[in-house]
Amino acid sequence: MGLRRYAGNLALLVPPFGWLTVFYLGSLFILLLSAFWQVDSMTGEIVHDWTLDNFRVLFSDVTYRIVAQRTIGIAVLVTLTDIVLAWPLAWVIARKVGPRLKLLLLVLVALPLWSSMLARIYAWRLILGHDGVLNWFLHEAGLPGQSIAFTNVALWLVFSYLWLPFMVMPLIAALERIPASLLDAAGDMGATPSQVLRTVILPLAVPGMAAGSIFTFAVTLGDYVTPMLVGGAGSDFVGNVVYSNVGVSGNVPFAAAFSLLLLVVVAGYMLVARRFGAFDGT
Amino acid sequence: MNGSLRNIAVWTAALAVLAFLLLPLCVVLIYAFDAASVQVWPIRGLSLKWFVSTWADEEVRSALLISVEVAGLATLLASVLGTLAALGMNGLSSRIVQAGSFFLTLPIAMPGVLTGIAMNSFFTTCGLPFNLVTLVIAHTTFCTVVVYSNVMARLRRLSPTLLEAAQDMGATPFQGFLTVTLPLLGGAIMSGMLLAFALSFDEVIVSTFTAGSETTLPLWIFGAIRLGQHMPEVNVVVFAVMAVTLVPVVMGQKLAASASRE
Repeated sequence: MGLRRYAGNLALLVPPFGWLTVFYLGSLFILLLSAFWQVDSMTGEIVHDWTLDNFRVLFSDVTYRIVAQRTIGIAVLVTLTDIVLAWPLAWVIARKVGPRLKLLLLVLVALPLWSSMLARIYAWRLILGHDGVLNWFLHEAGLPGQSIAFTNVALWLVFSYLWLPFMVMPLIAALERIPASLLDAAGDMGATPSQVLRTVILPLAVPGMAAGSIFTFAVTLGDYVTPMLVGGAGSDFVGNVVYSNVGVSGNVPFAAAFSLLLLVVVAGYMLVARRFGAFDGT
Repeated sequence: MNGSLRNIAVWTAALAVLAFLLLPLCVVLIYAFDAASVQVWPIRGLSLKWFVSTWADEEVRSALLISVEVAGLATLLASVLGTLAALGMNGLSSRIVQAGSFFLTLPIAMPGVLTGIAMNSFFTTCGLPFNLVTLVIAHTTFCTVVVYSNVMARLRRLSPTLLEAAQDMGATPFQGFLTVTLPLLGGAIMSGMLLAFALSFDEVIVSTFTAGSETTLPLWIFGAIRLGQHMPEVNVVVFAVMAVTLVPVVMGQKLAASASRE
């Protein structure tokens, strides 16, 4: 029975994993190769000759270093912001409400994630614009108007908004799992609430934050749409350079080489997050 | 700080964050009914006229059609692949399941631009022209995991005694699967498909790299916002896209909830 059963399992797994291997791993493999190809400057065709030129340009041109630093820096900042914002909401949902209210709140948190990303970015253009919602309220309150639209501040704000649910969800799951008896015990032993938070709750929530941060970090890192729509002249991400190099006049091998940076950074980040228990919940 | 004060502070912060999450969505919904053609707050008056003119727009219609085709086909393929993956993984050791789940999640966990340019290079190198087919292949690749996780979660809760009972009654494993397992998985597969549809219908980053000259609805919205054209129509389309993606999500949640109560 045993062997036959596993043979059956294997047969079921061939189509889905075959698909992923061909189209996903295959794509990553070609990406890796094409980073070492080049574009013929006369014909614009991709030439399959091996070269390190793409990487040479990337490492020597300071523009690309700045773009890479900006991309990674904002992704880190967004992740930290989302951790801070997620805590009170996750705590209330995980431990303060009854099952009915909890279900409602869970749906409300997940709702933005499943509604259109473009719509949510667009919402912030309507809010932050010169004649937008925020300035109207500031004006009504007698305060000076803001002009953060099309700046890196807007970019940070919108990214934090976009991916916050990714942090809230796993944090809820982590906080739910903490047994109430553990908190009681710490209290009984004389720990103050802030000591309980620091020494009991926080360490147990680390895997949840690590799991959430993979998404907030990786999704921010790999975006070019948000910088284009809410960022300004100095808001280009790695994704924007990649995007502008794909197309008629573009240089796909160069774009491929630059995008490999994202692969390395995310892979490295996942390894670190794994050490913090990011994958233990699944 | 005493206990009740702390409680009030936590609740206030939580509600503020919830408002931060939800209010921007409300803003978008309101603008769809704006009578004006410039975007100024507060809106100049309520009207449905932009709904009428948007619906009459040929570009919007053809983009909608392409989006529905791509999302529909990708969802169908993903439902088969995702269900097979879940059934095949079920009963294997937890290490293998974890590794398999990780592999299936990679296409959505990896940065979108990376997946996009990788597939772009792949299709170019294979000599495949960019069209509906490449879009469907790309979307299927990242939608499969959604169906998979739904079905897998259901399988974990499924009692093995049901299948054993069927086999005790003389059902072959295949009959048992067909008459016991599959009907019980129906809800999970359906809700996974609804989520996959919503995911595909809304996707823009990977699509730009794999669409060629095809314009899906998100690509149309992206282009219009970027160029600052057709803004009243953008309001309406964005409203519609949100409605279209929310319906399957809410339905999917309900299906998943009722399936878990069975």
